[in-house]
Amino acid sequence: MQIYLPIADIPVNIFLLLAMGLAVGFISGMFGIGGGFLMTPLLIFIGVQPAVAVASVTTHVAASSFSGAIAYWRRRALDFTLALTLLAGGIVGSAGGVALFTWLRALDQLDLMIGLSYVTLLTIVGVLMVGESARAIIRSRQGKPVELRRPGSHAWFHGLPLKLRFKRSKVYVSAIPVLAIGFIIGFLGAVMGIGGGFLLVPMLIYLLRVPTMTVIGTSMVLTFLTMVSASVLHAVTNHLVDAVLALILMVGGVIGAQFGAHAGQRIRGEWLRLFLGLLVLAVGMRFAFQLVIRPDDLYSIRLVGGGP
Amino acid sequence: MRWPWIATLAAAASIAAAEPAAAERLIASLSNRHVMITSNYTGVELVLFGSVERDAASAARTNPYDIVATVIGPRETLRVRHSQRVLGIWVNTAARTFVDPPSYLAVLANRPLDLIASAENRRKLQLGLTDTPLPELINNDIGEVTNDPFRGALVRLMAERGLYSEEANAITFLTPTLFRASIKLPALVPVGDYTVDVKLFADGNMIGHTALLFEIVKVGFEQFVVEAARDHGLLYGFATAGMALLTGWIASVAFRRD
Repeated sequence: MQIYLPIADIPVNIFLLLAMGLAVGFISGMFGIGGGFLMTPLLIFIGVQPAVAVASVTTHVAASSFSGAIAYWRRRALDFTLALTLLAGGIVGSAGGVALFTWLRALDQLDLMIGLSYVTLLTIVGVLMVGESARAIIRSRQGKPVELRRPGSHAWFHGLPLKLRFKRSKVYVSAIPVLAIGFIIGFLGAVMGIGGGFLLVPMLIYLLRVPTMTVIGTSMVLTFLTMVSASVLHAVTNHLVDAVLALILMVGGVIGAQFGAHAGQRIRGEWLRLFLGLLVLAVGMRFAFQLVIRPDDLYSIRLVGGGP
Repeated sequence: MRWPWIATLAAAASIAAAEPAAAERLIASLSNRHVMITSNYTGVELVLFGSVERDAASAARTNPYDIVATVIGPRETLRVRHSQRVLGIWVNTAARTFVDPPSYLAVLANRPLDLIASAENRRKLQLGLTDTPLPELINNDIGEVTNDPFRGALVRLMAERGLYSEEANAITFLTPTLFRASIKLPALVPVGDYTVDVKLFADGNMIGHTALLFEIVKVGFEQFVVEAARDHGLLYGFATAGMALLTGWIASVAFRRD
């Protein structure tokens, strides 16, 4: 059944959109990521203009992460203090990212820079996660205890001042690295048009040593807060949020996220990290492939302005 | 920026005036002048029909009439980019800006254009895709570039999307003076005002022309959403954010299993 999207200006199959929402929602609920890095390329692939796709996906991710956050909150598996500290850094980072985005677009090389950033980030993060989780799985197979938290192995930034105790996560760490991580997530989110959950989750696990179970709920809360504000900002500045597209995606997304959250609770932490690592790596490879293979047509069109 | 089309109209008018006072009158109409975009819109087909009216003063014609109809959609500025391999990856290395090319351009005729009018006439009347001016921005100047690969790429890419077309058998003569044609508007066509320029030819010369207008508009819910998003951005933003919260909350309540 075809439905016409008023802002995207194209007709699409409503069941295709629902299925995409379900699939991405399941993944987002399971891993505690927004899923923007999966949904945005999918929408562009079915013909939605990139700008409308990015803006509408923020609304979809807001709904999906909100329902996920509620599910984790009921299980007491989230850390609000940590989420709010990260958000403080994130707001500053977003402002810097928007400035860089505007500058890159003026140079006519934004698409390439976004492609290169995706490849670099996703490949590095994917390889690190797969390597770490594979080692953890091998260790537990050999009967050795799973070394998730190593109290003795503190990095240099654990010694910084302004120490804060995040009770729910059982970590006692300086506010400076937490704010810095928030800043990086906000900055990259604005430049690449993603929520940044797939970066936040490994950063919290590997840098701050937050346990996997509270990481996912906390990432959900942060993703929800940043995506709600991004969605309102996109609506005010670019007028490109397609409410019909976002609604169809979020209906599929929230249902998928519920099942994903339940599935995520049943899978062991290291396996969850392995699957997420493989997924991140696969998307990174797809972007790399796109940069390297010869395009079907060496010419492309970009709408500059005019018209209605 | 609009000067090329003023020139076009002036050229067309002068050619029409230069014709001998043949009394054939071209009358044409469209099946629909307001194409409404609703939630189940997937493109539409308009019917163009018309007839050539003759009277006692009309010159005797031995050869049949020819009709060429040009449908032009709202104009928008486009950038055509060319990519090259640089250090193993494909990078946009060159780009041209086309100033106000039509977003939709369909040339319909009853037989191939080269049989209807001479090359010189086609050029003067800007008949067909190859003779339609698509001016580019060159060093703050606007002009036509002949044999330009970027122009070729623009026409080819637009044709692939069904937005540019030239059909030599789209117009059917039902009788020697009565004709009809269908204008196919794919789902991708932008909203706005469209013109249909119908030209009547006899023995290789244009002996009459008429212009029709139609518009593609969004109505009802689609129109409401577009206006809300454009005119009340903040309110629209809060409404969509509220929608997201409500959907997320309903789902978490509906799927609560503990």
